[in-house]
Amino acid sequence: MRVEAKPIEATKLLKKVMSDHFYELDEASRTKSKKIAWCTSVGPAELLRGMGFLVYFPENHGAMLGASRMATELIPYANQLGYSPDICSYLTSDIGSYLAKKTPLQKSYNIEAPPRPDVLVFNTNQCRDVKDWFSFYGREFDVPVIGVFTHRSLGKIQDFHIKDVAEQIKALIPILEEVSGQRFDMDRFKEVVALSKKTSELWRACLETASHIPSPWTFFDATIHMGPAVVGRGTKEANEYYEVLLKELKERAKEGIPGVPEERHRVYWEGMPIWGKLRSLSELFSSLKTCVVASTYCNSWIFDQLDPEEPFESMALAYTELFIVRDEDYKESYIQNMYEFFRFNGIIFHDAKTCPNNSNNRYGMPERLSKRLNIPCLVINGDLNDLRCFSEEQAKTNIEAFVEQLEEV
Amino acid sequence: MYYVGVDVGASRTKVAILERNKELVGQDIRRSGTDFKATAEEAFTSAADGIPDLREMGFFCVSTGYGRRNVEFAHETRTEIACHAKTAYFFYPGAITVIDIGGQDNKVIKLDEKGRRISFKMNRKCAAGTGAFLEEMSLRLNIPLEEMDQLARKSQDMVELGSYCTVFTATEVLEKIRQGKKVEDIVKGLFLSVLKRVFEMDILSQKVVMTGGVVAHNPYLVEMAKEISGNEILVPPFPQLAGAFGAALFAWELIESNKREVEDEK
Ligand code: SF4
Repeated sequence: MRVEAKPIEATKLLKKVMSDHFYELDEASRTKSKKIAWCTSVGPAELLRGMGFLVYFPENHGAMLGASRMATELIPYANQLGYSPDICSYLTSDIGSYLAKKTPLQKSYNIEAPPRPDVLVFNTNQCRDVKDWFSFYGREFDVPVIGVFTHRSLGKIQDFHIKDVAEQIKALIPILEEVSGQRFDMDRFKEVVALSKKTSELWRACLETASHIPSPWTFFDATIHMGPAVVGRGTKEANEYYEVLLKELKERAKEGIPGVPEERHRVYWEGMPIWGKLRSLSELFSSLKTCVVASTYCNSWIFDQLDPEEPFESMALAYTELFIVRDEDYKESYIQNMYEFFRFNGIIFHDAKTCPNNSNNRYGMPERLSKRLNIPCLVINGDLNDLRCFSEEQAKTNIEAFVEQLEEV
Repeated sequence: MYYVGVDVGASRTKVAILERNKELVGQDIRRSGTDFKATAEEAFTSAADGIPDLREMGFFCVSTGYGRRNVEFAHETRTEIACHAKTAYFFYPGAITVIDIGGQDNKVIKLDEKGRRISFKMNRKCAAGTGAFLEEMSLRLNIPLEEMDQLARKSQDMVELGSYCTVFTATEVLEKIRQGKKVEDIVKGLFLSVLKRVFEMDILSQKVVMTGGVVAHNPYLVEMAKEISGNEILVPPFPQLAGAFGAALFAWELIESNKREVEDEK
């Protein structure tokens, strides 16, 4: 009989934090008591909160559509409108959800639909799809679609990159003032940036507990517990949550309570989660006594550079510094740092059919990293949300064969 | 004690039974069908047919392949990647690249001098370069699968096919027929397409070992592989049994190397 991992207690609180987030948005949407901004994962959420908006993150809804496995049946609705099955399946499943009037919020929170936006704010630091995605809703709801165009594939970050992005963030203010009917307040903004910095520090600390051997939790746990970092960065609720989670993870690490019982191998996950298969993959790895200890994905909500004293520039730097924005050399060094810190002995690259931006296997990186770090790398094919692109049996065989290979080393 | 390897592939189920000296003493190959569990049992019974003392001496079984978990009498499982590599290295020790062309997928496995895996890749997502591709084309061309090898050999003027996808290739093949191309030239073009799909998966070592049913039934494909790649291409005896044979070798190792205690019956 396989030993089950001890559940993470903070999960109960997590559920509350997430439901409060959605209820607050739903209430505001129905009563028009507060303005609502939709924001991409690295859109200027701090600015939006600082200007009194409630912030809703469609990518989080995308992940929920994936995790609830509603995505695969909803994507075709967007395909019919001309959104190709080859583009971002967050986009297609979210638009499909809107068209079909079906959302996981109904079952999970008894909420009819995502909150109605007053403004949509994107950052193209990750991809162009976010702008196309928001533009759809801009047309549907007849509200402004504004955003930041980040430089991409960067090696060294130059001052002019930062100045440019900082100016673009500032340029959003007049439009946001008009939508919100409130004047921009620098002090309030700085407060939010300080809170957001704190969220980031706490989230980083939580992730870093996985450097313990055995790791107190897994990538699969982290994808669930990252919810508040995604939807609540810059709020005190998120920070309170991570204080609790961090305490628990530290205790687990100290007492040797593992995320995967009898951990034998440690691997790194590069790429998007396969949301609809989190549970089965988590069980598979656990049965192979292999802990996925860290991932680029969960690290993407670490914004080290935030500084309330220089809110615009530091936001620009924090957003531009991210892995997804950088060139191959930077990414490889980044993963090497992760390797040294988390001490994993293999890397799994997820080639997500509909997200080239998070599929880093496509330009020879697994081969180069395997040589550089002298550890095996595996590429599995799948998708974040579109399960039609994923063969569970093939993925399982690949992962099992990979662990066999780790055993041979 | 006998050592049994059962490879339940998506298309065929294969059984290999080894004696203690690693001699192959029993084998069976049959369609996997829809009831993997029953097929595995039937294949085992048939392979064990000429071994009267099997039950008495006992056996240890490792299963592999797509349906490896459906083999109730297996004691352990290994992936087909491990098993094909095992067989290839057993016959041709050294740094090799193993290419398995199966019914539904391909594998390219690289081994170092000591037989440890350096890397492996499986094709996914589509039938390009697999047995399924040739099966589909044999239907389209209305020629029995078994005759493809002989036909390809006759070709004087191979027709190159450019498409990747099976459906596109089918359309391309129809187009070639319409243009009056000879069937044997098209079939050779199909063989080349299979090889190209497989060769582009990884850089090959000088020594390449090819396994799998497609190789077993189409020796001309191996000749073409030699010609195109310029590499040394080796084929183990019974290439279609390579997965099952490798599983049996694992069974042998588990018992003989570890002197593992096993109950006699099961
Ligand atoms: S980064 Fe990928 S998953 Fe995220 S929005 Fe862009 S295309 Fe979609």
